[in-house]
Amino acid sequence: MDALILQILNGLDKGGAYALIALGLTLVFGTLGVVNFAHGALFMLGAFCAVTFNKFLTLETVTLDPTQQTPWGTAMEIRTPVVEAYLGDFGAVLINYSVPVSVLLAIPVMLVIGIVMERGLIRHFYNRPHADQILVTFGLAIVIQEIIKHYFGANPIPQSAPAMFSGTAQVGMLFGLGDAIPYPWWRLVYLFFSLAVIGLVFAFLQFTTYGMVVRAGMRDRETVGLLGIDIGRRFTVVFGIAAVVAGVAGVMYTPVLPPDFHMGMDFLVLSFVVVVVGGMGSLGGAVAAGFLLGILQSFASMNEVKSIFPGIDQIIIYLVAVVILLTMPRGLMGRKGVMED
Amino acid sequence: MSKLIINRRGLLKAGAMGGVVLAAPTHFIRNAYAEDMSCNMPTGDTVVFGFNVPQSGPYADEGADELKAYQLAVKHLNGEGDGGALATFSSKALKGNGVLGKKVAYVTGDTQTKSDAARDSAKRMIEKEGAIMITGGSSSGVAVAVQSLCQDMGVIFMAALTHSNDTTGKDKKRYGFRQFFNAYMSGVALGPVLAEAYGKDRRAYHLTADYTWGWTQEESIKNATEAQGWETVNAVRTPLGAGDFSQYLTPVLNSGADVLILNHYGKDMVNSLTQAVQFGMREKQVNGKNFEIVVPLFSELMAEGAGDAIKGIYGTENWNWQLDTAGTKAFVQSYGKEYGAPPSQAAQVAYSQAILYADACERAGTFFAPEVIKALEGFEFDGLGNGKTLYRDSDHQCFHDVLVVQGKENPKDKYDTLEIKKIVPASEVTYDPAIFGGDLGPYDAKTCG
Repeated sequence: MDALILQILNGLDKGGAYALIALGLTLVFGTLGVVNFAHGALFMLGAFCAVTFNKFLTLETVTLDPTQQTPWGTAMEIRTPVVEAYLGDFGAVLINYSVPVSVLLAIPVMLVIGIVMERGLIRHFYNRPHADQILVTFGLAIVIQEIIKHYFGANPIPQSAPAMFSGTAQVGMLFGLGDAIPYPWWRLVYLFFSLAVIGLVFAFLQFTTYGMVVRAGMRDRETVGLLGIDIGRRFTVVFGIAAVVAGVAGVMYTPVLPPDFHMGMDFLVLSFVVVVVGGMGSLGGAVAAGFLLGILQSFASMNEVKSIFPGIDQIIIYLVAVVILLTMPRGLMGRKGVMED
Repeated sequence: MSKLIINRRGLLKAGAMGGVVLAAPTHFIRNAYAEDMSCNMPTGDTVVFGFNVPQSGPYADEGADELKAYQLAVKHLNGEGDGGALATFSSKALKGNGVLGKKVAYVTGDTQTKSDAARDSAKRMIEKEGAIMITGGSSSGVAVAVQSLCQDMGVIFMAALTHSNDTTGKDKKRYGFRQFFNAYMSGVALGPVLAEAYGKDRRAYHLTADYTWGWTQEESIKNATEAQGWETVNAVRTPLGAGDFSQYLTPVLNSGADVLILNHYGKDMVNSLTQAVQFGMREKQVNGKNFEIVVPLFSELMAEGAGDAIKGIYGTENWNWQLDTAGTKAFVQSYGKEYGAPPSQAAQVAYSQAILYADACERAGTFFAPEVIKALEGFEFDGLGNGKTLYRDSDHQCFHDVLVVQGKENPKDKYDTLEIKKIVPASEVTYDPAIFGGDLGPYDAKTCG
């Protein structure tokens, strides 16, 4: 029982990340009709917003002390933290909360990156075949990845969750199981955060006029254009929003998974499977498929399951994708006519 | 006036005499192998080394460090810089004028930590760029693949970072040499230290990277800990590059195990260790004991990546820059001055392997591969950092002291991550080569097709 609950929590947590990335991916596909292989890179860029902010907060001044020597015979470097020395206790608090604060920083940064990406490159590929779009966005992802590697190196850079969330929560207490189910606080925070972001995106699309126009544009771009609405501009903003969603998902994921330049690519492939399983262009489908696949992946890793089907944990997602596509070719919630021309 | 008459008999006699005279030096002068040609033997005034390291992919940082060390070795071989560990190296064959009077040049390849990419880049360096030897690699999968290619092409492969027992065990090759230690040696060194630190009544749970290195390390550590009285509760294979290990970590929590052994390396190890700590495993009490985590193979770069999570955790290393040997000091001094940071163990193994190959050519008096191999086989040396070392002839594995290290609780700076807890002498980690089987294969020279 406790093992099952733990795996469900793991699945929900992982599913939250899949869903957030897949949501942006399917949003861009639904509005602009572009298959954006650089979307994983946006998740990674978000994570590196947190890394950059943390690096800024922990900047040090370097002075050489000729009285002390390094083992290789040069003068010892004395490092003094700048921000903490300047801001005192507030500086220490800021460093402690650098990940959540980075979310605020990542929102404008990712919005700008998204809009620049769409205006600068992707809009030139709207009328080109999907294969061209995939090639150019994939190329873009590699370029972004290599730039990050050049500046930050290839090794993962660990980021700490705020001290108050760094321990484990005794989830078992809720089920009367005592301390059998310890679960990291930050993973629970991430789960609620992803649910909140998903809720916000749906609320934006459902309850605002802007969102209504976007949804109308997703259904019939031409008619919305004929009504005198500059749907292109709105879709650019949607691209920016998708970038923000992926970015903040990346920021909050850093204490779970130390970010490196390749993390976007690792998530991208799975997120594409999520989008396809959920139904191309379907927002609800992406979220449902994200959580479903996350949970299935966790269950498949259980020793009891692996002893019956060895190696199932490594293929489960693709197996489910094959089964769903064979039985429901449009995915779980796919709309008729999408990618069927 | 005499008349010069050349008849048929005379001509044949003269021809035979001439032939004997011309052939004589190759038979009577030592190390003159006029007819002995192996792949890419230099004809001009330079000899080309091939450095095949991961320049992209998950081990790119390790690869970058290896490449820096190779470049430093080339400098020292060519007589530039401060000479580094050449001054402390026990063999005095190298004179700082290149190798056998030829200046050392190099070409590089990117293994991407993928066996096929590594083989392609090694092949390119050999066939198109004239590399006489190949050295490098991070990952045993890559090393085994490149080593077998080198055997087929008749090119010596000086393996750098590879820790699987298979590299000099079942997959050993005549043309492959390894200075780095292996999983078996890690197990033998680590077992008694773990039993002393955590007691003999322990239950271990292994998470293992699912490829050659992970499998052999799991087996070696299992054998070593079970010999100390530990019980192995479970050993679970995890896909390489899994990223999030939570679904593999949670079953550990209620498995009854009180030690988690992470047979992971590089990015996988950083992720699995960080996440294990997040799941509260370091504060956990099981069977009335503190839950412990062990990482059998450490590296400084991984320790830097894992940050605070590494504190107090035991593992082993091939070499550490804080080691108190003359060779280490000379190398650290030279490397530190050049790059402003201490070298990692990846850098040290790369540097040593380049120097050892060059020295073997110099001692053999030729670049002819079978003779260079013979010069390396059974070679005993000192002064490159690991203390007294033997390149065993039966499996081409180096035997030297192995370090048991522990993540430092209060590091002075970002390089001061690991503390040497015990230096296990070479004699204790030496084993019978028969236990891993394999066949070195022939010395036959090839001429690159």
